[in-house]
Amino acid sequence: MSQLAYFNLPDVGEGLTEAEIVTWMVKPGDTVGVNQIICEIETAKSLVELPCPFAGTITQLMANEGDTVEVGKPIIAVTVADGAVGASTPGAPAQQMHTMIATNAETAAAAQAAQAAAPVSAPASTDAPAVATPVAATEEKAPANLVGYGVSHAMGGTRRRGRTVPGGIPAPAAATAALPIASAQQNIVVGLGEENVIAKPPTRALAKELNVDITKVTPTGLAGEVTREDVVNAAQQASVFRNLTTPDAPSERETRIPVKGVRKAIANAMVTSAFQAPHVSIFVDVDATRTMEYVKRLKASTDFAGVKVTPLLIMAKAMMWAVRRNPMVNATFTDEEIIVHNFVNFGIAAATPRGLIVPNIKDADQMSMLELAKAIEQLATTAREGKTQPAEMQNGTITITNIGVFGVDTGTPILNPGECAIVALGSIRPKPWVVNNEIQVRQVTTIGATFDHRVVDGDVASRFVQDVASVIEEPALLLD
Amino acid sequence: MSEQDSGNIPMVQFLSPEGEFAVPSQWGEYGEYLKRLTEADYLKFYRDMARIRRFDNEATALQRQGQLGLWIPAIGQEGAQVGSGYGVGHNDHIFPSYREHGVAITHGIDLMSILKMLRGVNHGGWNPDATRFHLYAIVLGSQALHATGYAMGVKFDGNMGTGDPEVDQAVITYIGDGATAEGDVSEALLFAAVNNTPQVFFIQNNQWAISSPTSSQTTVPLYRRGDGFGVPGIRIDGNDVLASYAVTAKLMDDARAGRGPSLIEALTYRIGAHTTSDDPTKYRSNEETERWKARDPIMRLEKFLRNQGVGQAFFDDCAADGDKLAEEIRAKTFALANPPFENMFKYVYSEPHPLIEEQLAWLTEYEASFEDEAHPSTQLHNVINEEALADKSGEVAPVENSGSYYGGIAGASNGGGE
Repeated sequence: MSQLAYFNLPDVGEGLTEAEIVTWMVKPGDTVGVNQIICEIETAKSLVELPCPFAGTITQLMANEGDTVEVGKPIIAVTVADGAVGASTPGAPAQQMHTMIATNAETAAAAQAAQAAAPVSAPASTDAPAVATPVAATEEKAPANLVGYGVSHAMGGTRRRGRTVPGGIPAPAAATAALPIASAQQNIVVGLGEENVIAKPPTRALAKELNVDITKVTPTGLAGEVTREDVVNAAQQASVFRNLTTPDAPSERETRIPVKGVRKAIANAMVTSAFQAPHVSIFVDVDATRTMEYVKRLKASTDFAGVKVTPLLIMAKAMMWAVRRNPMVNATFTDEEIIVHNFVNFGIAAATPRGLIVPNIKDADQMSMLELAKAIEQLATTAREGKTQPAEMQNGTITITNIGVFGVDTGTPILNPGECAIVALGSIRPKPWVVNNEIQVRQVTTIGATFDHRVVDGDVASRFVQDVASVIEEPALLLD
Repeated sequence: MSEQDSGNIPMVQFLSPEGEFAVPSQWGEYGEYLKRLTEADYLKFYRDMARIRRFDNEATALQRQGQLGLWIPAIGQEGAQVGSGYGVGHNDHIFPSYREHGVAITHGIDLMSILKMLRGVNHGGWNPDATRFHLYAIVLGSQALHATGYAMGVKFDGNMGTGDPEVDQAVITYIGDGATAEGDVSEALLFAAVNNTPQVFFIQNNQWAISSPTSSQTTVPLYRRGDGFGVPGIRIDGNDVLASYAVTAKLMDDARAGRGPSLIEALTYRIGAHTTSDDPTKYRSNEETERWKARDPIMRLEKFLRNQGVGQAFFDDCAADGDKLAEEIRAKTFALANPPFENMFKYVYSEPHPLIEEQLAWLTEYEASFEDEAHPSTQLHNVINEEALADKSGEVAPVENSGSYYGGIAGASNGGGE
């Protein structure tokens, strides 16, 4: 009795994903011995001769000369005698003879894949079983290929199946049958494609954290895997020129949205603010390179492990510092008096599923950098979840709106009612900047701010914005 | 032609490429060591060289068949390795690089351990305490520092120059021509010299550091690399197994006796690729390779033995022996199982570590999330442990040696796959 054995294209280098079949040195019907050279392949690194792992009769060449084959795909089928190495080594764990477990649907796909991958048909051979239409699979399990690249995969270890994600993209490097050898009666399943996303566990975790549906991310990795950058990019798609899709025009000529709830509250607040307080806005461009470096260092520090650190945090600290030096911006105007607050309830404009809200961090000026970072994170999480309580939105004294995350440079924000200043943090990105009379690429941003002119005049406003800008330019000022 | 290739440099050689044996008077002190060899030793040298080459070819094929992640062939260097390996005494310690399969075979290392390492299922898997053959050093040149450190320890322990063969120890480290250009090796030479350690630096100059020729590693011959540090050197024909044996045995004796460190440059050639990921045709000529093939270490010993009257039956037997070894390792390699993933974490520290435990817990949970597939490694766990315990070749089950010299490192190596 005989068995059918497949030789899957190995990774002959370290981390190669494919190779081209240059020359076949055998043909169907040939007798082949262990380590006999069967073909020459060309990888990204070199020309390599492949020795056959089995002795037997060639049943089928599964790729043509000139074809580029993915590592792990079967390239040749050999009819071997029972008991060949790999088939019945005494004491060998059964896992070496594993086949894939396949559902009916997968089996059909596999059959197609096998047919597609079988351009060279076997001649009418006496006892060669048909290989182009594998159907079933055994119950045997595949070994995990958890860490490292190469060996397990190259030796034909099955790709492990994660939770099946509906609508997931097919893995480009399809899972492979895990032979070297399986019984012909078992009808081996090869070249199985799975509804599976390839990504490293930390990348998956990041996607979850950033609320990115990883099945919708376009993978750019060499092996078709979703990379960390892919996930980050997907998360940042709100910024300019990314994922530009034009929605279909609605069929109705008009869409009527009732003004109620948060929308109504926003509308009222804005009108009240805009018509009661004479707004004056000023802007300053600033080199935020050092701030970005500072953010990077904080992220890397053990104290801030697990805490979200963003330029917004430095900006908040900068405003706190500038408020101390220019207290008039942290005030409330009433017809009778101007109340200058000697504390800061720091408002942060937050886009939530329910609309724009401005919760504030009470007594933010008393907080350390770490406390403030945690408070900002907490505030954002609560707002995103729609759990912000009314008290958290009252008694603010000054506000920041981080419109930079939407990819715009700056804006003229409207004051949160009852406050005298609001600062807009624009996007921070590399731009030409003059340093020592030379143009350099620096991380540049624009700080925009609006003030209630009833309280704050141009000089105070300018000094305040200038102070904020100074810190962004040189965060070491916070040590003052 | 650079100086190091020049034929004018004195080089210890007892067997010419044509298999002619002679002991030139200038090498008489080394020639004395050949008198220790019996006929059985000569045959053993041949058999081991032939076996390790057959092993090497099979391992290369196994890599090409997807069974190993990588293979590092030593073909062409068997003379330097097997000869010097047998020149190392029964108390001595060996700090190899990563190509010393021919030294490993002379000290009872289970060759499967090396294959497991290059398949990625363990980190070495033999016990350096038991075998005195330390783990392969992938970090180029680092083993020279390990060796010097160990040799300093031997000296501090007073296990040198006592005259008692059961007490005196020496240390040998294997480095390549490329590694000599690493700072580590210079540091190791300096510390060896100023501490007068019992130690030999064995440089296999196989002419190529991957694709960089020796001329880009040094402008003076490598046997003189130790001069400025105070470590005297000698050049040998690395493809002459007898010269390799005799000079190593003599210098290890000297080291054991307290006469200080020394250095051997074995001139040899890497006939194969640097590793299976390398294509040497891209940087060296076939003529050069053919020139060196004519100086093959196995061929010349075979000629010598045949001249001595050794019959065809012996060589046939060696060939069959090699084929049997190849068949064995092929079957065993195909049967290798993956270690349980817990091993990755188990032997990082000798004591529990919260971060590692956290990572293990995370991975365990992640693994468990694949509900539709049972984890096969758990089923294999017992098989693997039993296999390790049943193995008498110096491989040990983890943990037992954690308190001894090398503690965590030895544990880690065992934990990698056993």
